[in-house]
Amino acid sequence: MGLLNRLGDPYEGGGYFLGKLEDLLNWGRSKSDWYLQFGLACCAIEFMAVNAPHFDFMRFGTIPRTSPRQADFIIVSGTVTLKMAERVKRLYEQMAEPKYVISMGSCSNCGGPYWEHGYHVLKGVDRIIPVDVYVPGCPPRPEALEEGMILLQKKIRHEDIFNKRKKLAEEDRLLALKK
Amino acid sequence: MQAQEIFDKLKEQFGESIISLTDTAPSDAFIIVAGGNLFDICQYLRDTDGMEFDYLVNLSALDLGENLASVYHFYSMNLQHRIVLKVIVPKDNPSVPSVETIWRTADWMEREAFDMMGIIYEGHHNLIRILSPYDWEGYPLRKDYVTPEEYHGMRVPY
Repeated sequence: MGLLNRLGDPYEGGGYFLGKLEDLLNWGRSKSDWYLQFGLACCAIEFMAVNAPHFDFMRFGTIPRTSPRQADFIIVSGTVTLKMAERVKRLYEQMAEPKYVISMGSCSNCGGPYWEHGYHVLKGVDRIIPVDVYVPGCPPRPEALEEGMILLQKKIRHEDIFNKRKKLAEEDRLLALKK
Repeated sequence: MQAQEIFDKLKEQFGESIISLTDTAPSDAFIIVAGGNLFDICQYLRDTDGMEFDYLVNLSALDLGENLASVYHFYSMNLQHRIVLKVIVPKDNPSVPSVETIWRTADWMEREAFDMMGIIYEGHHNLIRILSPYDWEGYPLRKDYVTPEEYHGMRVPY
């Protein structure tokens, strides 16, 4: 609130504050994540509950998008069958960078109840697309998905935007030294 | 109409094609019929006064080891009686006449039975897989089905 007070009564010469542009951008990105409206199985029912007023997913700054090209992240909510897996991958590939994935529920984490006899089920969506946050549960309660969303926001907030490759190269160098 | 009466009437009409009746509670009474005459039997069941089976409740398939079976559950909305037909066919030539033109609902149900059990419904206008991908190999609900190692580059086992 201090900032807002100052805006009302700025210092002489105009109000200003110091900070990193990266932090500002990440703050903005983490508070306005648009997700792909996409439900697969019973987890999608729980996901709908999260969208409804009682749990109010929109307070995280999320808006459902019906096109992957407008979405920032995708919630894989349910069993990924082999037939569907190719479609999921295609949707993910159509999303613009930067993009994130929340894997919701046991089925998309690891195959869930279909792990042994599910001839038609992909045993974990991380076999085809990279997952950022795993939400366990069968299905997860809405609160669990909300925590997943908070974790995703945390991840986005601490992400590198500038000199990303330089930093990654440095990390790789350190890793190689450890070996 | 009771199952025994239906059975007697069918026997009178189709003779050798009607093989046996099993009527033990609590399961539904079922009649085992020969595959060859199935279409005519079904036409008779639907169109004869006193039968009037206008509703195909369910069409499913069984794996009996050596044989496959196609199972039909019928119900008459008008007369409120029901009967079950079973057709048993060998696994190496699982061919059953299609009843799709008698009850339209049989269209997708026969496709599902074909998809899961591999029963070939002769005369079906569009007998392709309905749940599995079109290029799927094998019939998943058969007892001797082996889960594939890989599908389109994705590993299937856990």
